[in-house]
Amino acid sequence: MATALTRKDFVSDQEVRWCPGCGDYAILAGVQKMMPEFGVAPENVVFISGIGCSSRFPYYMNTYGFHTIHGRAPAFATGLKVSRPELDVWVVTGDGDGLSIGGNHLIHVLRRNVDLKILLFNNRIYGLTKGQYSPTSEVGKVTKSTPLGSVDFPFNPLTVALGAHATFVARTVDVEQKHLGETLKRAHDHRGASFIEILQNCNIFNDGAFNDVTDKGIKAEHQLILEHGKPLIFGKNRDKGIRLNGHRPEVVALGNGVSESDLIVHDETNLALAFMLGNFEAPLPTPIGVFYATSRPTYDAAINKQLAEAKSKQGPGDLRKLLMSGDTWTVD
Amino acid sequence: MAVPPEAAGQAAESRGGSADAPHKRQEKRDRVVIRFAGDSGDGMQLTGMQFTSESALAGNDIATLPDFPAEIRAPAGTLAGVSGFQLNFSSNEIFTAGDEPNVLVAMNPAALKANIDDVPPNGVIIVDREAFTDANLKRAGYSGNPLTDHSLDKFQVIQVDVTKMTSSALHGSGLSNRDVFRTRNMFVLGMLSWLYQRPIESTIKYLDARFKKRPEILEANIKTLKAGYNYGETAELFTSSYEVPPAKINPGLYRNITGNSATALGFVAASVKSGRPLFLGSYPITPASDVLHELSGYKNFPIYTFQAEDEIAGVSSAIGAAFGGAIAITTTSGPGMNLKAEAIGLAVKTELPIVITDIQRAGPSTGMPTKPEQADLLMAIYGRHGEAPLPVVAAATPADCFECAYEAVRIALKYMTPVILLTDGQLANGAEPWLVPDPDQLRDIKVELRTDPEGFLPYIRDEETLSRPWAVPGTKGLEHRIGGLSGENLTGNVSYSPANNELMVRTRARKIAGIAREYPPTEIFGDTGGGDLVILGWGSTYGPIREGVKQLREKGKRVSHIHLRYMNPLPRDLEDKLRQFKKVMIAEMNMGQLLKLVRADYLIDAFGFNKIQGRPFKVSEIVNRANRALEG
Repeated sequence: MATALTRKDFVSDQEVRWCPGCGDYAILAGVQKMMPEFGVAPENVVFISGIGCSSRFPYYMNTYGFHTIHGRAPAFATGLKVSRPELDVWVVTGDGDGLSIGGNHLIHVLRRNVDLKILLFNNRIYGLTKGQYSPTSEVGKVTKSTPLGSVDFPFNPLTVALGAHATFVARTVDVEQKHLGETLKRAHDHRGASFIEILQNCNIFNDGAFNDVTDKGIKAEHQLILEHGKPLIFGKNRDKGIRLNGHRPEVVALGNGVSESDLIVHDETNLALAFMLGNFEAPLPTPIGVFYATSRPTYDAAINKQLAEAKSKQGPGDLRKLLMSGDTWTVD
Repeated sequence: MAVPPEAAGQAAESRGGSADAPHKRQEKRDRVVIRFAGDSGDGMQLTGMQFTSESALAGNDIATLPDFPAEIRAPAGTLAGVSGFQLNFSSNEIFTAGDEPNVLVAMNPAALKANIDDVPPNGVIIVDREAFTDANLKRAGYSGNPLTDHSLDKFQVIQVDVTKMTSSALHGSGLSNRDVFRTRNMFVLGMLSWLYQRPIESTIKYLDARFKKRPEILEANIKTLKAGYNYGETAELFTSSYEVPPAKINPGLYRNITGNSATALGFVAASVKSGRPLFLGSYPITPASDVLHELSGYKNFPIYTFQAEDEIAGVSSAIGAAFGGAIAITTTSGPGMNLKAEAIGLAVKTELPIVITDIQRAGPSTGMPTKPEQADLLMAIYGRHGEAPLPVVAAATPADCFECAYEAVRIALKYMTPVILLTDGQLANGAEPWLVPDPDQLRDIKVELRTDPEGFLPYIRDEETLSRPWAVPGTKGLEHRIGGLSGENLTGNVSYSPANNELMVRTRARKIAGIAREYPPTEIFGDTGGGDLVILGWGSTYGPIREGVKQLREKGKRVSHIHLRYMNPLPRDLEDKLRQFKKVMIAEMNMGQLLKLVRADYLIDAFGFNKIQGRPFKVSEIVNRANRALEG
């Protein structure tokens, strides 16, 4: 490339219109900051979204963008990526868009392993429709549509993705800019469907939903940063770890006979471990980072390979020959 | 052309026949309608299609109507499992598969029972006698045996021991009883091929290809086919065979084609002529799946086929591909249309070219998936929230599906709009001879992708067509965002301005309305200077209406036919043409949807003739209704 790309190359001229204080600003800033590092020219990047607060995202990127309909962004993106595999295609969705109305498309795009970067902003609430519970809201959640508390058992985005055999599954946090950037980089480097759950604060309808992992005073005790090949250690003084007790993970204090070698070592290629980490609930800490990464042929590449093979075997399509195929007869 | 009641009426002397004559008489017929009926597993569709190929190769004009149950395999021998295939072949031009069969082939009692009401008196019924066992009779709901209780006396019943003869022909072949039984349909095909002097070479060629890897099955099928043919010649059931001489049709290269095949080929042709790759996003649904199957075989063109997780993903993936510059198609039937409505609205708003093919079937809800209907017209034109106009094109015959598919793509690209192509289950599976077009003679489809950033705006418009530029990702300097939210004129930026919203709604409507400018003049078959009655139709009713009007005109009636291909916008000359007639009758396989449009748009006091039975109009129904209208 003649001149190096900068953040400004990816900033559109549109005024950003999320509520002041929304976590989406931080995610947008993080993505715009990282894009130049990926080295893909803006004209070869496409952001596709569905409906919801998160789905306004494409308007703010100076790339190609398509704000589609509720829940269906993965399907639009699949059509584009399959027929234009050279493009860098991103999907931006939320917990309602991606896991409720669009749950079907999400699991299918993941199992097919279409080479898309999927960012799911999880704020555990419906924001655009002003405050109903979402498929990731906790049981008991009091919202406008659940005045007596929700009785609806929630989805866990990560284990849904793992269950759909996604080839790259990660979690990061809106305000953790460095971690967000690193995770985006990992996702972008991955060939295949990369799924990132981004914990995102909705300061209007669900403020503080992820306080335990974002509050500077306490987050170190609740946040477990996953690193491939390293033991699971957390805590302000890095004095706590995760150990297996039989088949069950437990928090242990390091010292007093417990050493790092007793702890679980993170292995991104281990699906069973990824499931276990994905299911961590208090008192276990909230893991962030890459849970799972594996390599599998992508759907778009496989389809294009079939097309190329058909062409080399049969030659390029011959319309005249095709129209004249089958049982023909001539009338004089 | 009148249907001669005697067409194949005296096709055979039944029960006995003359004892001499190894060389039998040959009689001429100008038109025969045969219906093959049997259990779903009896291979009646295959038999019918092969007989069709043989007849096409013999130079006849043909029209077919398959009629199969939705159940994959209903219990053997039951009425629910009866599968039928009707073929009309003629030495004259024909338009329908025929009102009623001159010859019914019934492979078992259920097939007889399900079809007997359609056979006219003195019609020929050929049955496999051995299939009329007590058990089979009971399964079909017969209390006695119609072959012996004289209930069929008004027909000419020919009883053939098909099963026994098939077994004899394959004696010593080493095949299982089941495999032997499965070749029974070839015996019938051979017998009918002799009776109507069809060449069986094309069937042998077909069998060669189909059973290439199973030589023992191939040999058995050919043996049985020939046994049936020879049986026809030597047995004493038939006193003569019949010749249906070739029809006088335009010279050229022909092939037999179904509507679904023609639709698929139309899309391929449009892709080749426009120089853009084809992308089909589709979810399997009856009766549309064959288009997906067929296009999946042409990957080298290149053609992308994506079997989506649902109907919504089918259309959405197509819109995504259109955003990327592909010729984007989705195929479906009624239930799928409902699901796709929201995405189609997005394509209207973002002005992206896709073709949505609705192969209509009888509704509402799941309805009768294998039966045709025309009740999706208003949904196609209006079935989206908001003001979301789009062009609708409807095919009239199986071969016309090619031209309509091609035309739908052409309009979509020229005007940057989604287009709905309507066919139906009858066109989809029905077949007719098709004069194979020369690709060089097809109308040009020009595609100019925008590349120049100078003065580019996503919704800047061509002055004539009002279409916006196709600016696809990967083009430097044209980065832009589109979406479903109301957009500002030219830039497309999100806008809630009231005046701007109205401007955009009206602009899109004007763009669609303007498409009618380039239609060819509406043709009147009949009295071009006005007459007593015009029958207006669209879609697959073309055949029966045209045939009916021909018959009426031969009797001196001043009845004419106008058939629409462009359903939205309607042709600009249509109102004037309709007003030339004293009466306007609109025949549709629905409750009167085109009727509503004509009455609303033109204030013309047209009346409807409607049939909602999952079956096409019979020619006689059109003729009778028209006669009543002329009297009234």
